[in-house]
Amino acid sequence: MFRRPSKTTVLTLAAMVVLLAFSVWAEHGLDPYIIRILNMWCIYTILVASFNLIYGITGQFSLAHAGLAAIGAYTVSLLTLSPEAKQLSFLLAPPSPLIANVQWPLLPALLLGGVLAALIGFVIGAPALRLHGDYLLIVTLGFSEIIRLILVNLSSVTNGAMGLKGVPYLSSLTWTIGAAIVALTVIRRLITSSYGRALMCIREDEIAAEALGVNLFRHKTIAFVFSSFFVGIAGGLYAEILGTVDPNTFRPALTYAVITMAILGGIRSLTGGAIAAGIYTVMSELLRTVEAPQMIFGWDYPGLPGLRQLFFATMLLLLILFARKGLMGSKEFSWDWLFSRSKSSDSKGSERSHEQ
Amino acid sequence: MTTDLFLQFLVNGIALGALYALIAIGYTIIYGVVQLINAAHGEFFMVAAFLTMWGVLQYQLPWYVSFPISMLIVVGLGLLVDRLAYRPLREQKTSSFIGAVSVSFLLQNLFVVLFTSRAKPFPHPKILDEVLTFGNVALPVVNIFILGVSVILFLMLFFLVTYTDVGRAMRAISKDMEVSQLMGVNPNKIIAFAFILSTFFASVGAFMYCSKFPYVDPFTGVIPGLKAFIGAVIGGIGSIPGAMVGGFLLGMFEIMIVAAFPELTAFRDVFAYVVLILFLLFRPGGIFNVRVREEKV
Repeated sequence: MFRRPSKTTVLTLAAMVVLLAFSVWAEHGLDPYIIRILNMWCIYTILVASFNLIYGITGQFSLAHAGLAAIGAYTVSLLTLSPEAKQLSFLLAPPSPLIANVQWPLLPALLLGGVLAALIGFVIGAPALRLHGDYLLIVTLGFSEIIRLILVNLSSVTNGAMGLKGVPYLSSLTWTIGAAIVALTVIRRLITSSYGRALMCIREDEIAAEALGVNLFRHKTIAFVFSSFFVGIAGGLYAEILGTVDPNTFRPALTYAVITMAILGGIRSLTGGAIAAGIYTVMSELLRTVEAPQMIFGWDYPGLPGLRQLFFATMLLLLILFARKGLMGSKEFSWDWLFSRSKSSDSKGSERSHEQ
Repeated sequence: MTTDLFLQFLVNGIALGALYALIAIGYTIIYGVVQLINAAHGEFFMVAAFLTMWGVLQYQLPWYVSFPISMLIVVGLGLLVDRLAYRPLREQKTSSFIGAVSVSFLLQNLFVVLFTSRAKPFPHPKILDEVLTFGNVALPVVNIFILGVSVILFLMLFFLVTYTDVGRAMRAISKDMEVSQLMGVNPNKIIAFAFILSTFFASVGAFMYCSKFPYVDPFTGVIPGLKAFIGAVIGGIGSIPGAMVGGFLLGMFEIMIVAAFPELTAFRDVFAYVVLILFLLFRPGGIFNVRVREEKV
């Protein structure tokens, strides 16, 4: 029953182990600022991968990411905040007894965050995914905003517009890298399974897919629920890394940031998305320093607030106009591709070039 | 609720509804012709308000000079955006929406970079600040102005769309682009005309909105843009009477919900979205049950 693992599988597993080992070392060996950037990179990678699943693979343009991430972020922070911290920080209304006295470790909190996001994803997706095109995007955007507005106004649970502060840092680089690896692996397995083929079939032609016996509603919902689950996890990690939850983070702008990364990487490529997430995170940090006012050789540089968003908006416009395939299109990074570049004559295994 | 109080809310609801209707028309004209949700519409609105303010504050122009110049600039901007960003994407629906969103963010942040995000007072004719009183009902002059201008513009638009060649061509294109091309309609010209109309309505809406809520910053267009969009969808996006009725009802609804249930004020945006979603799920054609042109596969 035991199949000998192929060379690429071994390499992939080895790469995962190396990454995790690196994360354990990095937690103490690297500057906290660098660690924060790496953390954000992993979180964006998860967000982009889950967007790719629903848009790039299934062809359903949904704008619900920000709201679903908010569900994860609030769940995880409320579950991990200590009861005393809640009593202290809830200024608008005393914390509801439902959440006042709970304190969970990170893993169950994250999982519950993901499950709740998946549940809400189901509630949104079940009616919305019957719609097409513009209607789908308006409905998902509306749901995302409803989630945020309810969170802002539910002061006894979420502390309203003041957000939550002092979320304990239970996470670490190992957690975020681990979560990113799990998310990418699961989504990759889903895409290459028969479900994934059905999803791509839906993307290409819904009527043909239905005629071939693909249950449209079921498949779209499955993709959406999986996607929502990982968005919830990413949202939870986001809260852990930042230590605060501000409802303004989860405006539609967050969804558009994810779309920017997804298009930069290529909407059908998970590895492209991961690369794009890295580029986005690093660019964002570099531009932050350009935005901030500072003294340069005695010259009082006033800073250019808004420059970052201007840069990314321009980038998205140029990408959508001239480079809709992004960096990778629908190609994935693969070991075979790597080896075939180093030894160009060796074309063995090139048929499997889509294996990660 | 007393009659006076009700009349008071009615006065405010009518003004807000007329404003939303005016802005919603901009969305619906574009959607009717090219099936594009022009996410940058609120930004055209903002640019018009911002430039009017800038002309007065920076160059000491009177508002009646500054506003027409700004309107011309915004109309030009609309044509430019259509030509450079929307026309190349006309065949791809999702891409053109993403293009519109990026134009929206681009304009917002361009203005933040150029002019900072600090809100500045909007210069408007002083007479609009007056308030007339009838018994216990206060009637701000700005509300009369809003209602008057809107009604005149609605009538003009109705005439334009119903009786002129260009209006007929616009309706033809929204029914069937290919056949109207065969009948000698140049779609790009008509689409450009639709953008002129849409940005014109955005500019007038901006002037009146900012006379009522007299502060401008680069994000001024977001909220009215969103509300008007919801209004347009509720009325039936693509239909001009739909946008008028939908925008008007939404403005009215917003004021009335605050009047009837003051404790639910914070949730009024939630209700607006819920109404939007219910419409899309159960009657996607909106109040006027608009059938959008079938997509050619």
